[in-house]
Amino acid sequence: MHADPRGVLTGVHFLDGDHACCEGTLAAGARFAAGYPITPSTEVVERFASRIPTVGGLFIQMEDELAASITLQGAVWGGAKAFTVTSGPGFSLMMEHIGYAAMTETPCVFVNVQRGGPSTGLPTLPAQADMMQARWGSHGDYGIIALCPNSPQECFDLTITGFNLSEEFRVPVMMMLDECVGHMTEKVVIPPAEQIEVTPRRLATKPPGEFRLFEPGENQVPEMLRAGDGYRFHVTGLTHDERGYPSMNVETQDKLVRRLLDKLKPFENGRALCETEGLEDAEVVVVSYGITSRVAQRALQMAREQGVRAGKFRIISAWPFPVQRIAELAGRVKAFVVPELNMGQMVHEVERAAAGKAKVVHVPHAGGTVHNPDVILKAIVEAAR
Amino acid sequence: MNEATLEIPYEIPEDARNPVEPFLRMDRMPHIWCPACGIGTTVNCFTRALIESKANLDKVAIVSGIGCTGRVAGYAQLDSFHTTHGRAIPFATGLKLANPELQVVVYSGDGDLFAIGGNHFIHAARRNMDLKVICVNNMIYAMTGGQTAPTTPVTAVSSTAPYGVSEPTFNLVALAEAAGASYVARWTTYHVKQLARSMQEILSRKGFCFIEVLSPCPTLYQRRNKMGDGLDAMKDYKAKSKIRNGAPTTECELSKEGEIVVGKFVDRERPDYLEVLKAQLHQSLGERYIEPEVSCCSEC
Repeated sequence: MHADPRGVLTGVHFLDGDHACCEGTLAAGARFAAGYPITPSTEVVERFASRIPTVGGLFIQMEDELAASITLQGAVWGGAKAFTVTSGPGFSLMMEHIGYAAMTETPCVFVNVQRGGPSTGLPTLPAQADMMQARWGSHGDYGIIALCPNSPQECFDLTITGFNLSEEFRVPVMMMLDECVGHMTEKVVIPPAEQIEVTPRRLATKPPGEFRLFEPGENQVPEMLRAGDGYRFHVTGLTHDERGYPSMNVETQDKLVRRLLDKLKPFENGRALCETEGLEDAEVVVVSYGITSRVAQRALQMAREQGVRAGKFRIISAWPFPVQRIAELAGRVKAFVVPELNMGQMVHEVERAAAGKAKVVHVPHAGGTVHNPDVILKAIVEAAR
Repeated sequence: MNEATLEIPYEIPEDARNPVEPFLRMDRMPHIWCPACGIGTTVNCFTRALIESKANLDKVAIVSGIGCTGRVAGYAQLDSFHTTHGRAIPFATGLKLANPELQVVVYSGDGDLFAIGGNHFIHAARRNMDLKVICVNNMIYAMTGGQTAPTTPVTAVSSTAPYGVSEPTFNLVALAEAAGASYVARWTTYHVKQLARSMQEILSRKGFCFIEVLSPCPTLYQRRNKMGDGLDAMKDYKAKSKIRNGAPTTECELSKEGEIVVGKFVDRERPDYLEVLKAQLHQSLGERYIEPEVSCCSEC
């Protein structure tokens, strides 16, 4: 269906990534946000707090991130599309409820504008060091989707995509911005509402009594419910059967956990989001995401100028990791160069997908600023030798 | 509540063994609570309160945290949420704000609401969020084997305080009042009529309402402290409780052997969170203000 025009600020704007992300949430139909402000993500909720009373929704500033990350899930079960926003230290506190959202299959969005860590780290400076945490941070086995915009325009566009995917797969979706993308100001085009596709919540089609809240439907994703509609349903973070009742046995656990992972398979294999350039003749492929992809763009350009056949693979959906796409490339290129603002995270995924068929060169950076394109260029040139 | 005049507006199945059955998920019985545990008694009082209040059960949601009392949500035949440890109140906050027509009841234990969840409790009370919070206080973490809670009385023995608790005991009713709750009461599971009446009362009140219910844990608390069985607990509650409605909550501290002050301590009118928010936004934004319609499902 089309976006509700009340939330869509159609026009050409000059926005930073945080503000564009906020406009994305409104266009996607989010009418509820719970937050505990933290640098460098604060602008998202500041704008939401200012905009939402004229759109017909609510923002509540909670007492901490533990509260914010579960309040939004209460709102989802009350029928809302909802999200929260944070950065490293707050993301750490939210892990408990990312697990709860995964286990209870609560569609929702967590925006993380990444800053330097560990701990309080570099509050105002960029990093991309929460990528593994986004995937594995909560205990137990589960799947999530993570998207990495690299511009304010994408902060807008992908936030809508993120909400849509969360509804389609009933999973928490992580919007993995970084401080640079969050604070970078660029042109953002917001289309008319009728040009924005929004995935509505898939509510139960069967009546109470016949409906089971965790009965896998098409593509293994169950339909949703809303409190107050007469279904008298039960939701628990305990291992549960298809009725949603706790069931402490091995068979239920096996069936549930496998489905939580398997339901994301279609996205992982066929629909991974990425941007590529020059892959036809590439001997070296630079795999990057977020702000680093824009630095890498310069390095790629310089490499081509020097006659090195370098190609671009920009990861947009980081989780599930596009294993198949990287594996296909690994068979026909010499090397992958992986620059990222951390000491080695997504590079391990590239190595896993490449499975020894191509060399993988990591270009780490501890964060605080972006790479110097020369460093990436040097890695490309050396890898091509 | 007079049983003779009790009107039950719900259909009770012919084969029901108890009039509260329509409120329970009978397919989940038997429950996990120990013999002589008081939680079941509180649930019985709660169902009585629902009957008396003639609430539309489709519009009552119950949210629990983790622990013995945390299991209440799982047995209630309502929209029910068993959340994470300590976070029932913030979950309930989101549920209430997204769907304000729901009557949202938080039903959890002392450890869940006042140790790990203490921060959420005081802020929800401060906001006067329209939530009805029922805390079953068994003075211990019972689900996990009887560890010290912030409510375990000084000198009482627990599995993690084998030589007796040395920390001061939390006075929950004083905390609730100080934080801003609109309604504060305390009963024991001996006071079933009063408790049911209090529960019924909060279902008609706006704002943050809090009832503490002292409840026996013969398996862990009483056994370790040589306090006898469930019947002894009832005798103890009967002997030691004193009904003092309106008593200053600061004088209602609990101790291992001392008096148990019960009653309704606070019942005051304060505009709740949404009322204040809406009024303020109306004033600031005038005609530009659009009242929240948070649920995305009204159109889809």
